[in-house]
This record gives sequence, structure tokens and C-alpha cells, in this order.
Amino acid sequence: MNEVSVLIGGKAGDGINSAGAMAAQLLNHIGYRIYLYFDYPSLIRGGHNYAIVRGREIATGTCGSMVDFVLALDQETVERHKNSWKPETAVIYNRDVVKAVGQGISLKEILAAEHAPEIMGNSAVLGGFAKAAGIPWETTEAVLSSHIPKKTEENLRVARRAYDLLKTVHPLPPCNNSPVPLLTGNEAVGLGMVRGGLEAYVSYPMTPSSSLLHFLAEEQENLGITVLHPENEIAVILMALGFASAGKKAAVGTSGGGFCLMTEGLSLAGMAELPVVLLVSQRTGPSTGLPTYTGQADFLFVLHAGQGEFPRLIVAPGTTEEALYWSAVAMNIAWEFQVPAFILSDKTLSEGTYSTDCSLVPKIPKSTIPLWDRTSPYRRYSDTLSGISPLAFPGTEGAVVKVDSYSHDEAGITTEEADLVDQMAKKRLRKEEQLVQAMSRYPQVSVSGNAAGMVALLCWGSTAGACDEVAGPLGLRVVRPVVLSPFPADALRNALDGAGMVIAVEENATAQLASLAGQYGIVCEKKILRYDGRPFTPDILREKIREVLP
Amino acid sequence: MTGRQLITDAKNTWCPGCGNFTIQHTLKNVLADIEKEGKSLDDIVLVTGIGCHAKIADYLNINSFYTLHGRTIPVATGIKLANPGLTVICCAGDGDCYAEGLDHLIFAAKRNIDLTVIVHNNRVYGLTTGQYTPTSPRGFKGKSTPLGTMEDPINPVGLMLAGGATYIARGYSKKMDLLRTLIREGIGHKGFAFIDVLQICATFFPAADYYTPRVYDLAGHDRSDFNAACRKAREWDYNGDAPIALGVFFQKTAPVFEAKSVGGMISAAEREGAIGDLLKKRT
Repeated sequence: MNEVSVLIGGKAGDGINSAGAMAAQLLNHIGYRIYLYFDYPSLIRGGHNYAIVRGREIATGTCGSMVDFVLALDQETVERHKNSWKPETAVIYNRDVVKAVGQGISLKEILAAEHAPEIMGNSAVLGGFAKAAGIPWETTEAVLSSHIPKKTEENLRVARRAYDLLKTVHPLPPCNNSPVPLLTGNEAVGLGMVRGGLEAYVSYPMTPSSSLLHFLAEEQENLGITVLHPENEIAVILMALGFASAGKKAAVGTSGGGFCLMTEGLSLAGMAELPVVLLVSQRTGPSTGLPTYTGQADFLFVLHAGQGEFPRLIVAPGTTEEALYWSAVAMNIAWEFQVPAFILSDKTLSEGTYSTDCSLVPKIPKSTIPLWDRTSPYRRYSDTLSGISPLAFPGTEGAVVKVDSYSHDEAGITTEEADLVDQMAKKRLRKEEQLVQAMSRYPQVSVSGNAAGMVALLCWGSTAGACDEVAGPLGLRVVRPVVLSPFPADALRNALDGAGMVIAVEENATAQLASLAGQYGIVCEKKILRYDGRPFTPDILREKIREVLP
Repeated sequence: MTGRQLITDAKNTWCPGCGNFTIQHTLKNVLADIEKEGKSLDDIVLVTGIGCHAKIADYLNINSFYTLHGRTIPVATGIKLANPGLTVICCAGDGDCYAEGLDHLIFAAKRNIDLTVIVHNNRVYGLTTGQYTPTSPRGFKGKSTPLGTMEDPINPVGLMLAGGATYIARGYSKKMDLLRTLIREGIGHKGFAFIDVLQICATFFPAADYYTPRVYDLAGHDRSDFNAACRKAREWDYNGDAPIALGVFFQKTAPVFEAKSVGGMISAAEREGAIGDLLKKRT
């Protein structure tokens, strides 16, 4: 199978992420499916950044350890990643600042010859890469033209000089795929939310959720949404609940630390029965942890967050196609059942860039929001058979809408009467029963690899990429619940039916999904865990699986 | 809905002599005035925190959101931005608004969002049975500070002047007519209106004998003069023996914080088109 890995490294501030994105587009346009991983420390200038662009003939969501091309903008790129070089790895470097063996180009000379500013140096690097990889100039020109809207001609001249200077050393055969959109997980979440009717996005910056705030803020006018960045995460969720109580669909985004501050608001959403969608994008914890690295250690926190008992939806997409689909579903479910709905992501998915084949995204099922029919006086918490009370919003003629964080009666007036407290708790719990039924109509558990495999990997979220890639050649089954709450125990048991051995693969230290599954009698014989902030790569995972296989 | 009964059937549990009765009665009168002016009470939302003050959400028969301790303002901000046609009034407590939710108060003033915040400032936690609050005087002996507090109170009026509020007033639960004027003006003010109400707590801080001889009306004060407002705010520091001004300290017109666009601005088809354009750009 055709596949290629390109490592681009430089100092923070060198524009490594955008250079990586452009290299990804070059590969996209010769038919490769892409995953781009961006590794950066928590600083603004001076540290070492790198991006790995993985291109494959079939979809991918992970990076390998070895690379075929190195594009070095600083010396550290050459020194630090030597153990991922193969003998045939092609190195292209800026010989003004880097000493290496390979094809050196002087960005300074090229830029001087074109009287171009320093910022265009990356166009030279990309031109050089295109030539070294045997990508036709016509393709290179078309990609740069459509993705560099400013000073396109000048950038093209810079790229062409490097293209002409270098030799083709590692020609990449084109693959038989049409180019598809390259989206980060957060962009896919944002577009999914918008498809689900998002009207307001409220967020306080926190890596790795911030890029969703930036994306939606940038696109707010095109998409017709309000984007707010208030004083802290406490205000974030309460503003969102204010929006919801007034009939507007709102979502919030944060990471673990910010979500800590949101938990009182989350519990309010549970008691006041207000719909809200929350993106929680995990990074390495506890506490400030590793801000720019990944992890899956917040699942049980999100599952149990907030005082008291109330239903919640948690979905953990593993690809951008799933992020598009499930974010829209989360919006719909939140409003249909008046519950909080989580999209649980992590750095790998949120900030990773994926080829996104929209033809693979299922149609979003229609959902209905029960509204007050005016036949009887309005009671915000009317106790219905389903537990779901019809909605009306302030400003509705003839309705007094009383939303309450205390235990309340059907009208929303505070009560401490035992019978009434019991009755209203049962009403909220009935919503959970309804929710379980509704979710059983969705594809809650993904099965891939060898569906009849005797050994199954049980994973969730972004580890999908590494697990899928490893499972195929080893003949393993990959079972991955996308819905994590309400826990799809039946669907999970079905998916694991006939598997003689289940191996949990998670990026946390305590196998959180496996421990929850254990409560439903689903036993994982082995656990493969990683919690150093780095995502599993297929080669590391393959090795670990071989160690535990009988 | 017109001619509605403005008080619900909920059993009132404020202590006899509580200043909250005055504030509720005043607010009820203001609502009646507003209705007489031709505005529907369906378009009013009352947002309360948690504390004795907040029971007003159960007692007034209007749209309400009984939120969390300290969290009136962010909820009210969401409601106002979601539907700018609504009149949003916050009733908050002093522990509620000046301790737990102080950040929200300052940001609301800074934004000049069009809300009216009425702080039931009884200078003690009532519902949790008598602890000091940010506005209790130095030396206040509460259940958590039996030896007396060792810190000065904050001055909410000065705080709001620094924070950028565009309508700043102080009322007193024993001066009902003035309070009615202040609340009605605050609701009419386009921008962030803040009213600190010195409220009697009959059980834990019955300070009428302290307030009544000291209060005076700010009539004649030029409310557009920021420096004069600062001087008036400093006159009484919520601590010592000084005349206590009641009325409007400061008012100005300033741009109001509004959401750029709140949903419904473009059709579903236009949205899908915008998504399509974005996907094309990423290809």
C-alpha cells in the first residue's frame, strides 16, 4: 500500500503548522488520505515544533514512528528525530541555519532573488518538497494558488525556484482517490454543531479546545452564530444556560481544568432541565498537566461530574466524519431530552487534521423539540409520561416560565415536600429511560478490523486510528463504543460476542472504559495503556499487542 | 397576559420585618407601572441567585430563573443576548453578588450589558444563619468570625464606578418611594444599571437604627459628574460614622454590549451553503 510520512520541524513561530497543512494538501491532491499531527510545547516562540504529515492510500488517523521525508528549518529537527529516519529518508534543509546531509537550500538566497519577505520561506520549502517527492509542478501550483490567497504570484515564484533547484529523490506514486476536505477534529465538531442548529458558542480559551473557539469566531458571520468569550468557565456555562432558557441553542467548549469550573453549571442544567452541548477536549492531567499533549483520563470525571443524579449524553468520536455526525446528534439529543450532551475529544482528534470524506457521514436523524401547545396553563416542569416537559420561553404570550435550580414542583416553584421531590426525581430519571431507547437506534458501537476476530481491542475516541491500522494485519477485531453515556452495554456485548480475549487500549493509567465495562460484566483480560501525553503509534501498539497475545 | 395576579401562591418564608418584603412590594409596584405603560409582563425575566433575597423568584408571578449562588449575571447575560427584546432584572444578594459572583458583576459593568441588578445588601448571610459578607463592617461578629472580622468592607458603589457601570444608585429598604424611582429608572436605563439596596435583616443584622438617622437624598447632585460621584461614593465607606447618600450617584450614556448575530439571521440553506464553501476551502 502506498504510504508516506513527512516530518516538518522548526522553531515555534516558524509557521510549522501551516507548512504542515500545505504539505498535507499537496499529498491530498495526489490522492493520499491524511492525518496530520502537530507537536508543540506550551510556549509562543523559540521552542521546537514539528508536524508529521501521514499520507496513506486508505483513511488514516495516526502517525508512524518512521518518516520518509524530513523538512528541517532548525538544527533540532535534524538532531532530535534521528531515530525516526530510515536509510532512504530524504532530507531537505535550510542550509542558512541547518547542517545536514541531504538537499540543502538557502532560503535567504531564494527570498533575496525574489525580493520576497521572510514569511515566504515556507513556500520555498514546500516547492522543494514537491520536487523531491516527484509531485508535478502543475499540482503544486494549483495547491499553492488555492491555499495561499495573499501574494499568490510571489509565493509561487519562491516555490518554483526551490522546485527547480532540487532533484526528485523519492517519487511518490499517486493514489486513486479524489481530494477531500482536510479538517481538524475541532473544525468537524464545530460544523457538526452548526448542522445541529447551533446559535451561540461560548468558551474561555483552553488548549486543546481553543481552536474551536477561534474557528467559530472567525466564521460567525458566515454561519450566522454568536460567539462569546466571557470572564471564566463558570460564566461560560451559565451564559449558555441563559441562552437555552431563552430558546437559543448554545454550546460550550473547554478542557479538563475549565470543565472543573463548569461542574456547578452542569448540575444546574441537570436540575433545571436545560439543554447544553459541551465539547470537553482532554489533555494530559492532573491539574495543568501537559497543556499541549493528549490523554483520555477525563472520561469518568465527565461521566460523574456535578452533584446529584441526572441523565447526560456522552459521545466520543474517533474520526472527523464521526465528529461531524455526532456533534449534530448531540445538539439534537440535548434539545429533545433537555439534558446536557458531551462531545468528548482529546488533543489528538481536536488538533489533528484528517481527510474528511463527507460521503461517509450518515444523514442526521430528524428530531423534534416538544413545545407548549397552549391547551392548559404553562408549567415548565409538567410531569409527563416520558418525563419530558414541553418547552416555552420567556416572551411567550400567556406563559409564565419559571426555571429553578432548587427542587421544584411542576410550575417551577421551589419545594421541599418529600412526595414532590420524589415525583420530580422520577420524572427526570424517566428521561434517561427514554434516552436509552432513543440511542439504541443510533450506531452506538463501531466494529472494525476483522469483525469475527477472536481477539478484540476495546478502545474509544482518537485511539481508533492506531487500533484500526494495527488490527487489520493481525486479524484483530476493534470494538469502539462512540456513545459512552447512557452506557450501550447491550450493543457492546453484541459487538464483543464470540471474542475469546478482550484487550483494552486507552490513553490513561487506570483503563477507565475497561473499568466501567467491567461493571456491566464485560471483562478485559489485558490492558495496554499509555499516559505520557503522546498518542499511540501503530508500531508501538503492535509491539505491545504482540507482548500480550497468547 | 394582562391583569395577572403578581404574587404566586408560594408560602412566604421571610422573617417578620425583613427588608425583602419592601423590595418585593416595590418591584411589584414597578411591574404594575410597566404594565400600565403598555409593556407586556411576558417580556420580563427575573433572575435571582441563592439566598434569602432569591425567594422572590418563587413569590413574583413572572418569568424567572432561580440560578445558583453568585450566578445571576452570567445567566441574565445569556438571556438578554439570546432575546434582546426581553427586560432582564437580577435580584442578587451581597454575599451572592459581591463574594461568590464578584467577577461577573465587574464584567457586566465593563461590558455595559443592558441589565438591571438589584443587590439586596443586608450585609450578612441570612439563609446560612449569620456569617459576615463582603459588606459587613469591620469587627462584625458572625458565626464564622466570633472574634470579629479583621477586614474592611468593600464599597460596592466605588467598585461599580471603577468597573464602568453606567447607572449607579443606592436605595434603602425603609425608603420605598425612592427605591421605586431608582428601580424604575434602572430598568429604563439603556445599559448596565446597578442598585445597591441597604436592606434590613431583622434577625441577623437589624441596622435600621444605624441607617435611618444617617441617610439623606442625593437630590441636587449632578449624576453626570463622575468625579462628584466618586466623592459621594467615598463619603460613607460601609464602615464608619458618616452621612449615607441615597439616590443616583452616576449615570451616563454609552454603547451597549450586544450579540453580533443570534441564530435565525441566516436560513438553514444559507448555512449549509456556508458549510459547503468551507469544506471546499479545506480541499
